[in-house]
Amino acid sequence: MSHFAELIDRNRVARGRQRKAANIIMLSLTGLLTALALVPLFWIIGYVVIRGGNYINLDFFIHLPRPMGMTGGGVLSAIEGTLVVTVLAALFAIPPGVLAAFYAARYPNTPLGVALRFSTDVLSGVPSIVVGLFAYSAIVVPMGHYSGLAGGAALAVIMLPTIIRTTEEMLKLVPATLREASLGLGAPEWKTSLSVLFPAASSGIITGFLLALARAAGETAPLLMTTLGNERFDIGQIVRGGLQGHKSIFSIFWSIVNQPVDSLPLALWKYAQQPYPERVQQAWAVALVLMLFVLIVNVSTRVWIQNRTRRMKG
Amino acid sequence: MLKSKLSSRSRLGSLSRVFQHGDRPWQGVIIIISILVIILMLAIGGMLWVQSAGARVKFGWSFLAPTANPNWDPVNNNFQAWPFLFGTLLTSIFAILFALPISLGIAIFLAELCPAWLHTPLSWMVELLAAIPSVVYGLWGIFVFLPKVVAPVGVFLGDTLGQVPFLGSLLTGPIPASGASRLAASLILTIMIIPTIAAVSRDVFLAIPASQREASKALGATEWETIWQVLIPFGRSGILGAVILGLGRALGETMAVTMVIGNSIQGGVSLLQAGYTMASIIANEFAEAVSGLHTDSLIEIGLVLFIITLLLNVLARFLVWRATRQTPQEARV
Repeated sequence: MSHFAELIDRNRVARGRQRKAANIIMLSLTGLLTALALVPLFWIIGYVVIRGGNYINLDFFIHLPRPMGMTGGGVLSAIEGTLVVTVLAALFAIPPGVLAAFYAARYPNTPLGVALRFSTDVLSGVPSIVVGLFAYSAIVVPMGHYSGLAGGAALAVIMLPTIIRTTEEMLKLVPATLREASLGLGAPEWKTSLSVLFPAASSGIITGFLLALARAAGETAPLLMTTLGNERFDIGQIVRGGLQGHKSIFSIFWSIVNQPVDSLPLALWKYAQQPYPERVQQAWAVALVLMLFVLIVNVSTRVWIQNRTRRMKG
Repeated sequence: MLKSKLSSRSRLGSLSRVFQHGDRPWQGVIIIISILVIILMLAIGGMLWVQSAGARVKFGWSFLAPTANPNWDPVNNNFQAWPFLFGTLLTSIFAILFALPISLGIAIFLAELCPAWLHTPLSWMVELLAAIPSVVYGLWGIFVFLPKVVAPVGVFLGDTLGQVPFLGSLLTGPIPASGASRLAASLILTIMIIPTIAAVSRDVFLAIPASQREASKALGATEWETIWQVLIPFGRSGILGAVILGLGRALGETMAVTMVIGNSIQGGVSLLQAGYTMASIIANEFAEAVSGLHTDSLIEIGLVLFIITLLLNVLARFLVWRATRQTPQEARV
């Protein structure tokens, strides 16, 4: 009997040790996996900064691309194209996004509100290349040619869900007392929304715009089938030509948005597959510019949002 | 004079009463915009459906049917999408297999173990992985990841697991010398979907009531036993939702995959050969499509991609919603 008890006892001790060992091993494994996942982050950032940093100079920002195989030149056309496309996207996406967010925040549980939030979720999950095909079908095909306009529309569809969701969340953070005070003073609903709720939530909403813009600026897939790329795109030249031809401002704007444009991610994609080392070097430089833009916007807006949320909740 | 002024004022008054001081138009505007957002979602599917008519009518279901001898012939206008469907499924499923354990580890570490001061910076860093543009991943993939990681790993896998009878068919080598292969696509997708799965499952863990942990520990379970036998089963449907969201992201990921997968249409099943995905064939061939039918076929592939991601998203949102919904007083702070 005592022999059995001793055996059971020894067994229990051994099992306890085993469980403790398993505990320690598995818990440290989770920490290791976290560290492992961060390896690519630092590897990519470090590598892009070092490779790209070597090839960035002033020419990179102020010159048009040179013909293939020649050294020098810059990516001015891509920078201007990215500006055109993202500004257009912001113009297309921000007003409807904000208005829809007012509805979603004010009436979250009506059938339309539920459907709206559902569609927002679905839209945010649609692959960007599918959005590109949509913009191609809806804009490029009817217009008959590729254009910056179509690219802007595609990026707007990609930005829209982010804008609706962040705006909605920021509007919900505004204390109800502010709304009630405004309504109590006799202000109608629309005036309360636009001149009380919106300003109160504005800094959070602006960070939402920036996050959406950063995501859109790095998108490549939808631009393949909308803006196509155009290494000779130069706003300065278009404006000068328009002024000399005594064209109206509107027709100059129209000729800027109504032709194929280049963009940074598109240029990066094309250059990365070139056999010419100068182009590959420029690809690294473009990658650095894109990555820094996206990372800076992301980190700074996160800090901003967090402080803001803490202040409004506290 | 006075009378007309009065009557005009009362007319204005009645007008503003009808509009409720501008609230009616305001509500009308935001309702119309909301409806437009919903229509936009439907229009994406509708547009792709209309534009792919040529391919749908000509090829019917055989366009999507499995085949050992895939036919993608822009010159003779004969198209079958099976190799792309297969490539997408294979790379995405392996990406999930690789990413799930890592993401669960991250989620557990962030939600259960890591000290409070480390929580925010670590979460941000993991989420920054999702912020880096896809083309930058691709560039890094071509020049760093392929030669330094994928090629050696591929050779190793082909030499070892590739010789195993059954499993070996998935890993018949040799891997192309550049490393550009479905394996490369799976691995780069793994990196790209880790943030999605990790962030969502972290939220799932954080939403599990503290009483579950306390009960398990009071019964004598170790920290790990609590996580493995209580928390993971409790959060199962939410984690499944996270996996499906990650899958949705992997299916639609375009640029990075296009740059590392090698872009070749083959019938084989091996991970170690170059391939194509649905997104990458569209990215590669759309701008240079030679005929209307070619364009239509690519748009039909896009339509299939849209439908798959739509269904997956609906399923995932439902699962996550069910997992993170709970009574507020039970939530762990």
